[in-house]
Amino acid sequence: MKELVVVSGKGGAGKTSIAAAFVALANQPVIADCDVDAADLHLVLAPRVKERHAFYSGHEAVICQATCVQCGGCLAHCRFDAIVMHGKRAGEATFTIDPVACEGCGVCVRFCPVQAINFPERLCGEWMISDTDYGPMAHARLHTAAENSGKLVATVRREAKKIAEEKDHALIIVDGPPGIGCPVIASVTGATLVLAVTEPTVSGEHDLERLLALTRHFNIPTAVCVNKWDINEKMTQRLEERAQAAGAIPAGRIRYDVAITTAQVRAHTVMDFPESDAAQDANTLWARIQEMLV
Amino acid sequence: MILAVASGKGGTGKTTVSVNLARSLDVETQLLDCDVEEPNGYLFLDGEAGGSQEVTIPVPLVDAALCDGCNACGKFCEYNAIVSFGKIPVLFPEMCHGCGGCMKVCPRRAIQETDKRIGVIETMRSGNITLDYGLLDVGVAMAPPLIRAVKKRIRNNTPVILDAPPGTSCPVIAALRDVDFVLLVTEPTPFGLHDLRLAVDVTREMAIPFGVVINRLGIGDERTHDFCRKENIPILMEIPDDRGIAEAYSRGELIVDAYPEYRNLFQQLFGRILRLAQQNVTDDTSERRSNAR
Amino acid sequence: MKIAFTTSGNGLDAPLDSRFGRAPNFLVYDLNNETFEIVDNQQNLNAAQGAGIQSAQAVARTGASAVVTGHCGPKAFRALTAAGITIYTTEAATVAAALADYQAGALVETAAADVEGHWA
Repeated sequence: MKELVVVSGKGGAGKTSIAAAFVALANQPVIADCDVDAADLHLVLAPRVKERHAFYSGHEAVICQATCVQCGGCLAHCRFDAIVMHGKRAGEATFTIDPVACEGCGVCVRFCPVQAINFPERLCGEWMISDTDYGPMAHARLHTAAENSGKLVATVRREAKKIAEEKDHALIIVDGPPGIGCPVIASVTGATLVLAVTEPTVSGEHDLERLLALTRHFNIPTAVCVNKWDINEKMTQRLEERAQAAGAIPAGRIRYDVAITTAQVRAHTVMDFPESDAAQDANTLWARIQEMLV
Repeated sequence: MILAVASGKGGTGKTTVSVNLARSLDVETQLLDCDVEEPNGYLFLDGEAGGSQEVTIPVPLVDAALCDGCNACGKFCEYNAIVSFGKIPVLFPEMCHGCGGCMKVCPRRAIQETDKRIGVIETMRSGNITLDYGLLDVGVAMAPPLIRAVKKRIRNNTPVILDAPPGTSCPVIAALRDVDFVLLVTEPTPFGLHDLRLAVDVTREMAIPFGVVINRLGIGDERTHDFCRKENIPILMEIPDDRGIAEAYSRGELIVDAYPEYRNLFQQLFGRILRLAQQNVTDDTSERRSNAR
Repeated sequence: MKIAFTTSGNGLDAPLDSRFGRAPNFLVYDLNNETFEIVDNQQNLNAAQGAGIQSAQAVARTGASAVVTGHCGPKAFRALTAAGITIYTTEAATVAAALADYQAGALVETAAADVEGHWA
């Protein structure tokens, strides 16, 4: 079983559109959307959800008002300004915890003199198993203001792998998160091949370098695709040269094409517009990626 | 006036709007790049470096002479940043949130705190702009303390434009806390709209007035406009999809330099923001601000 | 002497899991009487961070003095070393193959972490 992870250092480079095109081109892949912070792949693939699972990570402190004696001790202990005091003085005021500011350290819980602070697990989102017209899909939704550790990413990848093993699928296509942080690390380690999608801009160049340093560090074979390459051909050439120097393989270019957005608007992949420049370029790119996956 | 420029999705033009807006104002302006994992604003500005400052968080320091290896610290730590196997504990400062819990639970008072570097704040002067940007050290997962440190640079006498990180998770919350107005930059595409909805949810939850800039107008469809109309969200500026703009951006040029007529448009944008922020100033929010300072 | 192997299965023929912190189970093999037990590593799953460190604690609790796995990250490496547990990394496909390699003296003690943590 092979695992292809599509990532981009910089957001908005076309990563999800390209991942969706591959999903349409591949033969019954398992699909994993690991861009859990701003998951968009479902907008194109229209998954029919079969299973939902709550995702918990860490804890959060909650004051039980019936037990609280309003001493204000928690206020002094909290380093994250998460205790909110309603009223002027200890003894009269009530105290609550701002769930957004609370980092779940447990100090207030431990030191509350009357044990008035509960410490339940924190519900951070959910992950789902779905069917799509192209193959089974694992995906997730992170609640707003929740911490995006790589943990939910690792969960989605694990579930996709499980399906692929059970149902004998040959390929998993992962839409990875942007950036180079912990969620990205969680999405690429141990993959067969990473495809880094970039655009020929100063920001794209800057972020691609950091991304390639990461995949080289983890020793993962990496291909690079320059999207919208024709807005700056000189920069595209430079990007490809630098990618090669960094040990990655330039695998293809995609033209600046309105069909990418048109497809998105109609909730299709760009392969549903086979005559378009982008679809033709994606075809060529996919052929190259398949060779690299073998 | 503290204005944050944010977006649910990366790559919608958040940095473009921040930097061009800052450049268009006729007065001294402070630009804070709080996208500390990928600060890109400085790539678009020429100027001279104005110094750099290390940012630290408190992490535990164990006195071996006092520690008896009881592992009370390890049992307490929610972040697995400290653990003892019957001897002096092993520390993982990169996981530490600096809560101080281990120090407080240690029965032999063997733990003190020391400073650990998480990144730097670089300063740059360029024309009317003073840029402060946070740069998180590679391998550090803790963006919020660095974002808070960047925000401590806020001066009261000049407009402040804050480039927030993308997404809706905790670094964004840290960046948006206590700002006067949030400008959400989006694209009129289904992906853009989906991520805009998430960003709107966060901004509403934080009770900060906000408006939208639609970038690359002409691609996509009408659904983003429909959404804003239905939700009563003001669209404060539209930037057309223009290959010339995209090409200038790709070379690291500002729109207002490549197309000077945009200077006026960005000034108008700022005027609209000021009026909206004014309308929204209530006793409630000013109290919130003064508490936070 | 006991050795812990990372595995997704429940027996000697099960695959050796290449991950340490995220390994579903440990197979703890007792060299003295040639028996083994399976220790569930699931307690990690709801922690916000630090799977490798928690795994190291779980291994320490089994009384194992060595661990055999595919890769070991820097935090797990430091924790295991502090606990006095020797680390061997191998590409062996199954627990049985890794055990045979160990007994033949074909495994080399790992002197440093060989991967970054999967998530900090």
